[in-house]
Amino acid sequence: MAEKKITLNMITCRTIQQGVGMEAGKTSQKYFDACTVMHMHPEDMKKLGIWKNTNVKVTSSVGSVIVKAVETREDLVPGLAHIPMGPWANRIVPAYTFSTGEPCFKGFPVDVEIAANARIMGAVEVLQDACGLIRK
Amino acid sequence: MPKEVTDVICPFCGTLCDDLIVSVSDDNKTILGVKNACAIGAEKFNHQRQPGRVKRPRMRQADGSYKEITYDEAIDWTAKMLVKSRKTLMYGWASTSCQAMSIGHEIAEKCGAIVDNCATVCHGSSLIAIEDVGVPSCTLGEVKNRADRVVFWGCNPAHAHPRHMSRYSIFPRGFFTVKGHKGRKIYCVDCRYTDTAKCADEFIQVQQGFDYELLNAFRTAARGEALPDTVGGVPKEKIYEIVEDLKQARFGIIFFGMGLTHTMGRNHNIDIAINLTRDMNDFTKFAIMAMRGHWNVTGSGQVLGWQYGFPYAVDVSRRDQARHQTGETTSVDLLNRNEVEACFYIATDPGAHFPVDAMISSSRKPTVTIDPHINCTTEISDIHIPVALVGVEVGGCAYRMDNVPIETRKVVDPPEGVLTDEELLTRINKRVDELMAKGGA
Repeated sequence: MAEKKITLNMITCRTIQQGVGMEAGKTSQKYFDACTVMHMHPEDMKKLGIWKNTNVKVTSSVGSVIVKAVETREDLVPGLAHIPMGPWANRIVPAYTFSTGEPCFKGFPVDVEIAANARIMGAVEVLQDACGLIRK
Repeated sequence: MPKEVTDVICPFCGTLCDDLIVSVSDDNKTILGVKNACAIGAEKFNHQRQPGRVKRPRMRQADGSYKEITYDEAIDWTAKMLVKSRKTLMYGWASTSCQAMSIGHEIAEKCGAIVDNCATVCHGSSLIAIEDVGVPSCTLGEVKNRADRVVFWGCNPAHAHPRHMSRYSIFPRGFFTVKGHKGRKIYCVDCRYTDTAKCADEFIQVQQGFDYELLNAFRTAARGEALPDTVGGVPKEKIYEIVEDLKQARFGIIFFGMGLTHTMGRNHNIDIAINLTRDMNDFTKFAIMAMRGHWNVTGSGQVLGWQYGFPYAVDVSRRDQARHQTGETTSVDLLNRNEVEACFYIATDPGAHFPVDAMISSSRKPTVTIDPHINCTTEISDIHIPVALVGVEVGGCAYRMDNVPIETRKVVDPPEGVLTDEELLTRINKRVDELMAKGGA
């Protein structure tokens, strides 16, 4: 039985596609394609009731972001999810550093919901939107 | 006839590959192709010839659009911002040369700023641990020539340092490692089955966030003490078996990355990894090395280290002595607490790599970003000053992840009229001097 919302443990890491995209330019399609995905275990997709390549809304204690849920070639265990580092991942990374200077980039809980028709924002847009710099 | 520039240093990651061959057009302006580089390094060079590069400074208008301004105007604006602000965050430095850094630090001392580099969100935890317990390390050449047991713990060089494995850690044949890959035993400890794990002889899947416990269990096993049945999801038999094998090494090395520095425990994870290395030296020769990611971030640590005694997050805003306190002078904490009056970013993109709350705080302050390209940070800054690409369009000194300094090469000319980091910072420094002589901004 598919659930409406599932909770996963989130990690954000580098991928080579993200690295290539970053060097191609932060506003490039390569960067967008590499970083706007969430790697999920197929069992978690089943639990949420989605096919791969469905857009999802990921919410943490600090905010939420729309990304595309995909399967990964670097296997995860069920319950673990991964968004490549970048402005999308950082919309949900808690900034608290436990006095070490390092925010919690890996290992924080997130809620995942289906958002099949929601639009994924661009690299600059996702940051400007958070900073209130987009004039409507 | 296109010419080939050989022995070019790659300006992407901390591996600083020094065997790239770049073909350059006759007029010395365009890069035609790159050999030997990884996918990311090749993209860095190929990007140089893409159209649409910003060649003049830009200033944000009230309506959110950007207008082109001259270098003089941008330098004046930046110098005034620096002089006026009582506490400026000068963050970045990882993609520029050591020469440029030292000019930047001079400005920081004059204006009262905090100098921080990418280690703050990367290997900062490692640096805290190294300050606490020291580090038994080596150079990558020693790894290549001697290591027969290699442990990758919480790092994924297949993605982050793509040529690390072929140049130093898994595949190369060295003086005492003539069998290459066959003579080495590779372990990979990670919470997911990464592409690096696929190259390893043995993959140890640790539960996410249980690295400290597992490292502690390795230490316990090395001393022959009793263990619980499983630690961090790994059965005790496995732990004993691996530790016994590591003791058989002639030369062992642990490489660690963000899997340790970003998870719960932070510096304590590194602390215990270093202590495990120390313990293993009772049995054989063992070393440990941080997989430094962003190109010359090690160099920034070195320059700050020899000038002020601390490798990152150095507060010189009190103007009498340098201070460093993690959680207090680190960039993300400063921004979280709204403690700085202006932001000066150079050679990095915090907009893409800082948590959003820190960037929201940053976006409300006067901000100058110095970067060759448009990125997330430039688009929330008041001023964006484009510069030449260090390692491609201008040379300079950079440090490899094992603290070996390497002089990088200029391959092509920068676009007409674009300043280098060194030239730009020298001119900002001069303008700051003029303003201070007049008594302020």
